[in-house]
Amino acid sequence: MNPSDERVPDLVKRALGPVADAGLKRDLWPRMRARMDRPAIRLPWWDWVLVAAILLCFILFPAAIPAVLFQF
Amino acid sequence: MELLEQFARGDAEAFESLFRQFQGEVYGWIVRIVRDPGAAEDLTVETFWRIYRARSRFDPRRGFGPWARRIATNLALDHLSTRRNETSLEDGCPPACLRCSPPDPALAADVRRKVAAAFGRLPVKLRVAATLAMIEETPYGDIADALGISIGTVKSRVFRAVRLLRGDLQRMGVEP
Repeated sequence: MNPSDERVPDLVKRALGPVADAGLKRDLWPRMRARMDRPAIRLPWWDWVLVAAILLCFILFPAAIPAVLFQF
Repeated sequence: MELLEQFARGDAEAFESLFRQFQGEVYGWIVRIVRDPGAAEDLTVETFWRIYRARSRFDPRRGFGPWARRIATNLALDHLSTRRNETSLEDGCPPACLRCSPPDPALAADVRRKVAAAFGRLPVKLRVAATLAMIEETPYGDIADALGISIGTVKSRVFRAVRLLRGDLQRMGVEP
């Protein structure tokens, strides 16, 4: 190891310093509760039907894929 | 053990008990990695949200703390990766609300700034290993457990971080 490599960790520690106060200042449970109560994003069933129909079209008519991609 | 089993079965009160018991520990671990109290709070909540969602896969025979720490570490890594260009370390100043041990007054402000900038430019995986090992002096075994890698890999990452830092600092005119 290069001798100056051994001095790098010390230099970093002197320059940045460890976190002196890593204690939590407040109870995070209310935020956690709010996170848990947030409704999950759900797609309506007809959206799934539409996705399935498009996939079925691609399977039955693969030649249509480039034409669809061209629109994007 | 009973509490952990209740949690694994989906008991909300058991989860609340575990949250209250471990939130400080998880937050403390995250803030040492991301060095931003606000982000650490958000990531603590996100960590427990993922824990809650994955409760059915939790094995009560294995400790809750190490499992939580592993998830927290992965989230902190993701956070640092996505916020790479905004990371406060890069401009040499930690967030105002983060209380760090004061830097060595004998070290010139210019050198401090350059060291912080070089440190912020490290690849995220190396930076996390270096932060925990070099700045926080966390035992290699704890770092390895949290990152899900071997102690040898931790040492290798720290070694590579040191080499990169030395080269970067020398380019900026700082001789370690």
